[in-house]
Amino acid sequence: MDLLNALVALTNFVLVPGLAYGSQLALGALGVTLIYGILRFSNFAHGDTMAFGAMVTILFTWLFQSMGLSAGPLPTALLALPFGILGTIALALFTDKTVYRFYRQQKAKPVIFVMVSLGVMFMMNGIVRFIIGPSDQRFTDGERFVISARTFKKLTGLQEGLAIKTTEALTVVTAVIVVAVLFWFLNKTRTGKSMRAYSDNEDLALLSGINPERVVMYTWMIVAALATIAGVLYGLDKSFKPFTYFQLLLPIFASAIVGGLGNPIGAIAGGFIIAFSEVTITYAWKKVLTYGLPDSLAPDGLVQLLSTDYKFAVSFAILIVVLLFKPTGLFKGKAV
Amino acid sequence: MTETMKHTLLFVFVGVMILLEGMTDFLFFSGSWNSALVILNMGLISAIMAIGVNIQWGFAGLFNVGIMGFTALGGLAVVLVSTPVIPAAWSSGGVSIVMALVMGALTVVSAVMITKFMPAGKLRTVVLLAVLIIGFFVYRAIFDPAVGSVEAINPALQGNIGGLGLPVLLAWPAGGLLAAGAAWLIGKTALGLRSDYLAIATLGIAEIIIAVLKNEDWLSRGVKNVVGLPRPLPYEVDLQNDPSFVERAASWGMDPVTASTVYVKAGYALMFTVVLLALLWMAQMALKSPWGRMMRAIRDNETAAEAMGKDVTRRHLQIFVLGSAICGIAGAMMTTLDSQMTPGTYNPLRFTFLIWVMVIVGGSGNNFGAVLGGMLIWFFWIKVEPMGILLMELVTSGMAEGSALKAHLLESASHMRLFTMGLILLLVLRFSPRGLIPEK
Repeated sequence: MDLLNALVALTNFVLVPGLAYGSQLALGALGVTLIYGILRFSNFAHGDTMAFGAMVTILFTWLFQSMGLSAGPLPTALLALPFGILGTIALALFTDKTVYRFYRQQKAKPVIFVMVSLGVMFMMNGIVRFIIGPSDQRFTDGERFVISARTFKKLTGLQEGLAIKTTEALTVVTAVIVVAVLFWFLNKTRTGKSMRAYSDNEDLALLSGINPERVVMYTWMIVAALATIAGVLYGLDKSFKPFTYFQLLLPIFASAIVGGLGNPIGAIAGGFIIAFSEVTITYAWKKVLTYGLPDSLAPDGLVQLLSTDYKFAVSFAILIVVLLFKPTGLFKGKAV
Repeated sequence: MTETMKHTLLFVFVGVMILLEGMTDFLFFSGSWNSALVILNMGLISAIMAIGVNIQWGFAGLFNVGIMGFTALGGLAVVLVSTPVIPAAWSSGGVSIVMALVMGALTVVSAVMITKFMPAGKLRTVVLLAVLIIGFFVYRAIFDPAVGSVEAINPALQGNIGGLGLPVLLAWPAGGLLAAGAAWLIGKTALGLRSDYLAIATLGIAEIIIAVLKNEDWLSRGVKNVVGLPRPLPYEVDLQNDPSFVERAASWGMDPVTASTVYVKAGYALMFTVVLLALLWMAQMALKSPWGRMMRAIRDNETAAEAMGKDVTRRHLQIFVLGSAICGIAGAMMTTLDSQMTPGTYNPLRFTFLIWVMVIVGGSGNNFGAVLGGMLIWFFWIKVEPMGILLMELVTSGMAEGSALKAHLLESASHMRLFTMGLILLLVLRFSPRGLIPEK
């Protein structure tokens, strides 16, 4: 029995990856939930918006790399990120103007919006594949680790190593900053307040002179920025492949619904709930248990509840349970 | 020009396109009857899927984005029904696998019972968790060793529990039943909530069905694929070795190889047409019946329908199951046509969203529209690639030989498909939301 090593193994394989993945999901779910709160539909194109943002960022990263620019120990992609955000904002505003605005004026049913977002998803997916191709792209550079397993072992003399990748640390730090700025914006600024008012009660907001088109415009800008950041962080941490971004839709929607669609705090909580459930259920606990339990109880098998191929099943199962028992989500969302 | 005339002309247009594909190699046509029949066959299957989706969306306004999953279940049915029985698999672990699955189902059922009949409170939560956790571990304890022993049997060729060895045509209705079962489970949870939730739930179940098919090797060999599934029609090689067939081919003025491939494909086309016409007739009858009118009434105004005493959620469940069953039948037909089950090739863009484009373009709410959309969009789906390449060649013809941009543009032309389909969907939704053949 060796609790300290068990704890290190747990941190290394469950806590750190879960935290990073949770932050990425939370940022994605925030985007979905904002669209839902203001425009009142589930945006199926969100995964591909993330892919588009990540793609623009990658292109600028390559440009900077060829120019010899770098951010020192940090990935060059951070320098390219603002350009990625600008590109995605332009795309989001363009789609809103050419596509969504028409249906808003028609007061179309939400399900029509969802279907339209499917069409947008198709086109964005096509654009991304057209420009960068469907294959895997790695674009991380700079230091790989904040602390590598070997340094950690040398420092502490423990048997188990703890490795924290730069991208993981970066993900969590960026997510905290972004969320803090977003909440400050929503709660303190005039525009943010008008957005919340519009989301709470459309008629009252219109009555008090809030311009709905402006609210919608700001929402798209924020959502595009969030999607780009989430997409870039996910791409840095894992790798960039257009199809994986489409597949991220399910955990992102699950996060947003578990937290309560339309509720930003819920989206963040939901992101971490989904991420940690996925990681804990698909992690093989053998190592941690061997350290943590007395020798006589040490497990023979891998002690893996589900194989990693079923991580989607985890988010889905949680989604179903929430839909069955608490359709408004854990933090009261808007939707029933 | 009357409406009927216009609609007939649209069908004639699709027919002419497919005929041209067989006759000429001008522009993007290939001039091969084989290729024309391949397009026709998949077009017919797509039309059936489109009818299934049209029943859900056009009749009842249900948004199902899990068509891929139901199609794949149809494919699984072909494997389970038609492949030969493997006695060794059943004696070594097959029975335990079935027992484990029953055990798992019992766990879920008892969990549902507990939530239904026990009063809410801490006790219920504890009992519920205990039942679920114990059930899960018992299930894994029976399941894992059984799977191991089944997968160990002749893994290069089999390694799965095999099928029932029944005629492959029986797999078509079986595929429908399997898909209906899955649809019932999903519908039970997600219907009655906001319309978006059904979309998200179906999106999820489709991904999971594909994950199961890819990873559960004991069931359908996973990504190792099941090939050489039994066929309802003779093999081309056998036809080529049959003197009477060779003689007949000669009398048609064709060489035996082409004749045999065309003969088999035409046979499939005939079978698929029969199924399509039967389903189309049933869908038309349903639409015209009081039941169909009730469905449309519910779609147009749920509150009013409820006030008339209609149980909206139950009717939605009913139609959701029916539509998904049709997709399952189509999936089984598709796997029969390919005579192989390849879980790796199921892709939501191709199997879910493309079908949606078909329904919307054809005309939601109109069965003939769905059929037309299925055939037409399938033709374009196949032909957008050569068209894109033609277009790119035209665009890049002015550029210098060997420039990187030219190479990239030519290489990426194949990705034009998704873009074009998205564009078609958006244009139709915007400018002609009722589709080519609108609902009456």
